[in-house]
Amino acid sequence: MSMYTESQARAILDKVIKLSTADECSAQLDGSVDGNIRYARNAVSTSGIVNDAQLVVQVSFGKRVGVATINEFDDASLKKVVMRAEELAKLAPENPEFMPGIDKQEYKATPTFSEKTASITPEYRASVAAASITPCKANKLVAAGFFSDSQRFSAIANKKGNFGYQTSTNADFTCTVRTEDGTGSGWVARNTANVDSFSADDDIKTAIQKAKGSANAKALEPGKYTVILEPAASAGLISFMMFGFDARQADEGRSFLSKKGGGNKLGEQVFDERVSIHSDPSDPGSAVLPWDDDGMAREKTAIITKGKVDFLNYSRYWAKEKGKTAVGRPGNLIMAGGDKSTMDLVKGTKKGILVTRTWYIRMVDPQTVLLTGLTRDGTFYVEDGEIKYPIKNFRFNESPVIMLNNIEEIGKPIRVGDDESPFVMMIPPMKLRDFTFTSLSDAV
Amino acid sequence: MDRRDFLKYSGSASLAALLLPSFGSVIAAEALTEKLDVGMKKRLADTALTAAKADGATYCDVRIGKYLRQFVVTRENKVQNVVNTESTGVGIRVIAAGTWGFAATSDLSADGVAKATKQAVQIAKANSKLTTDPVQLAPVKGVGEVSWATPIKRNAMEVPIKEKVDLLLAANAAAMKAGASFVNSTLFQVNEQKYFASSDGSYIDQDVHRIWAPMSVTAIDKTSGKFRKRDGMSAPMGMGYEYMDPKKEDRIELPGGAVVYKNSYDIVDDARLGAQQAQQKLKARSVKPGKFDLVLDPTHLWLTIHESVGHPLELDRVLGYEANYAGTSFATMDKLKSGDYKYGSPEVTIVADKIQPNSLGYVGYDDEGVKTKRWDLIKDGILVNYQAIRDQVHIIDEKASQGCCYADSWSSVQFQRMANVSLEPGKKKLTPTQMIADVKDGIYIIGDGSFSIDQQRYNAQFGGQLFYEIKDGKVGDMIEDVAYQIRTPEFWNACAAVCDESDYRLNGSFFDGKGQPSQVSAVSHGSSTARFNGINVINTARSLG
Repeated sequence: MSMYTESQARAILDKVIKLSTADECSAQLDGSVDGNIRYARNAVSTSGIVNDAQLVVQVSFGKRVGVATINEFDDASLKKVVMRAEELAKLAPENPEFMPGIDKQEYKATPTFSEKTASITPEYRASVAAASITPCKANKLVAAGFFSDSQRFSAIANKKGNFGYQTSTNADFTCTVRTEDGTGSGWVARNTANVDSFSADDDIKTAIQKAKGSANAKALEPGKYTVILEPAASAGLISFMMFGFDARQADEGRSFLSKKGGGNKLGEQVFDERVSIHSDPSDPGSAVLPWDDDGMAREKTAIITKGKVDFLNYSRYWAKEKGKTAVGRPGNLIMAGGDKSTMDLVKGTKKGILVTRTWYIRMVDPQTVLLTGLTRDGTFYVEDGEIKYPIKNFRFNESPVIMLNNIEEIGKPIRVGDDESPFVMMIPPMKLRDFTFTSLSDAV
Repeated sequence: MDRRDFLKYSGSASLAALLLPSFGSVIAAEALTEKLDVGMKKRLADTALTAAKADGATYCDVRIGKYLRQFVVTRENKVQNVVNTESTGVGIRVIAAGTWGFAATSDLSADGVAKATKQAVQIAKANSKLTTDPVQLAPVKGVGEVSWATPIKRNAMEVPIKEKVDLLLAANAAAMKAGASFVNSTLFQVNEQKYFASSDGSYIDQDVHRIWAPMSVTAIDKTSGKFRKRDGMSAPMGMGYEYMDPKKEDRIELPGGAVVYKNSYDIVDDARLGAQQAQQKLKARSVKPGKFDLVLDPTHLWLTIHESVGHPLELDRVLGYEANYAGTSFATMDKLKSGDYKYGSPEVTIVADKIQPNSLGYVGYDDEGVKTKRWDLIKDGILVNYQAIRDQVHIIDEKASQGCCYADSWSSVQFQRMANVSLEPGKKKLTPTQMIADVKDGIYIIGDGSFSIDQQRYNAQFGGQLFYEIKDGKVGDMIEDVAYQIRTPEFWNACAAVCDESDYRLNGSFFDGKGQPSQVSAVSHGSSTARFNGINVINTARSLG
């Protein structure tokens, strides 16, 4: 068994806390059932289910910390794991940055669980694959996709009486559709906690349309262009930039938010005033657990407000050093926008390039957050409000900091999954001027 | 490299950060030397093999894995984190109704294993409705009960933590003494105890070891607010702790003064030098973009080989199995079948190798029970083969798998992964100094930096760690803000020379990401210094105003 109810989880964690004789004791119990199906060349390639659960116990004597884990939860095993953590703590070197356990937190339950997602069967997964493969075959196209779903529970407790329990679900769907001759490629993605709102039959139409529409692309010269980035095209760049929001890195002088001569840019105008990003664990479209990795309660937090940096992530240790109050680290990023869809932004564009998604984004220079990467699976030339023709993919070298100062228009945010990002994101389509493409790619 | 996995370990410890499905549970250091009983593993494997057959599976393999890792994370004079992790469980893969099915569980009871086997068969049957071409497995003869182990001299898991911590802190102190503003150093050690059994009649017990000691030295000019890092430095190796015991013969001083290492590493001296280099980078002149002859050290070239040769020559990518994630490949089947596709210049011979000593990919058998080997991918510039596994080789008219199947955990399904892919050294005697003497206007690049390549592996951009101007055959000043952009076939056809075997060194990736769900693997790439003529170099400096 890998899914425990609140009372089962509480009983295990209570026992652990009582068993410990250390100055501090905290414990976390997590379990999950993960299922997936992968397909390519219009056929299923792999599919599987993984069940797993584990308990982590952390204890401390003074500034000496010990951690141990176990995946059996009978009384003897619980005793063993606590003893092992305590033995380790006694042998550990003192951690000069040790912080005592968190006080009792107030966690407000957030809407992270869907019964329908938790009830997904192998047959459901097979039907998602079929919903992609069947229309692709009929259209003489080739589908390659992945659907994964998970249900999990997380429970935390400590000696100071803190306790939290919550269940969550997630489903992620991506499908790439290519023409048989390999000259066109389209893509669609959907990320949700609740598959009630998911229809592979509907989503696949987008990828099919883009695959057909992107065939036989023309080459444009690299250079600076007005671009319309679909939400999936800018999410990776924005998420990468968030690594620079660490207060300690900024104070130490090694972030784009470091200030010349020392200190950080908290409170300063760094972006266009139309840029606002906040985090809210209860956001219905992008809910996350009400606590962070340290168990600190997450609250609604303004990160960037009208272009001004409102939040830097202070670890509990760094907050103490700097006389700040540490708060729960954001688990989601919600960027403010308007009501327009991507196609509405296209309609209002005289000349520009529409980008479906970006790919293989890597840091070139952390000083300026200069990132490089490529467009992929549907890049189009736009003129007089219409998509005119598909164009070959570009490599970009651009900083999200510069990009978020070159805003022309912002559309309506949608939920985006990004497997390289720790955040659940709500990102709008954006029209941006002077986006820097540095070379052409022959890749389709 | 999978960025997220690396970041998890570079940060400070928190409970949730320790709950890592791909790396497992935290355990005590002494438990790192515990092993599962082989008899128990065989009994469990037989339980699954019997259950699969009873349920109608035509093939079954069972992987019982105990994956042990230790991470020591330090900065300046502090130990930030010492984590020992263990992940134990069983993954069962079956073919039923011509279709793959997979299930995994951490429950190592006979009942738990039998239940997971049933689940795997159920999945295969559910998906068989969509099967048009039943799985074709290249035959493998069962090898009975055998074992294999990485030939290490000193098991890193048995070395006391204090010895490791003292070494890292000594390196940090050397960097700080030499003027670094900050230094982070880490020691990663991996031991994969993998038991493979299959309905072909194999029971293979393997004990695999790897080690990596990455370090990052930062220098900051407080007045200008500029910061620069010297990253990477050591190579990840398929070795034990003997790699951290420096030997004189493994230290190589390059033209221009940079120092690199072969099969052992002096982390303390490298930290000192790294601090000096980070400070030099602060003052280095920004590159004037244009076309240059590039002289690429093996500490840099490995990543270019990895991205522009290793990945595009994976048959699953060529066929479209990775189309939805990592992408496909420009190196299509028609190019292979033509027999004369010029992937590179005649200087370029590239081999795939799963039996190279000290390499990250070195094992006795792959994760579907195939005995490992070495084979050519590019011979004298011509594309001659791909990397392929049991259910693919019939597509390239081969009769046997090349033995490069891998899963990063018992809970992950095995699939085709990159073998060590390496550039063969030049046959004529040629040192880096002699190579540089012939370059009029070039850039000498040492160490790997940022890397990005498109989904068919045509267009790539690479940065580096140290860049030196080459003028009229001499290494000159350090320069900065350098990245080069390539189109893969043109780049490899611009290879003018490769130094001889005395310069050959291994580097590699500890966390190469591929697949959905994403899995990591460790892979080495060897080469000697190589020269590429007329490559496009861009300037990466920007201003945030």
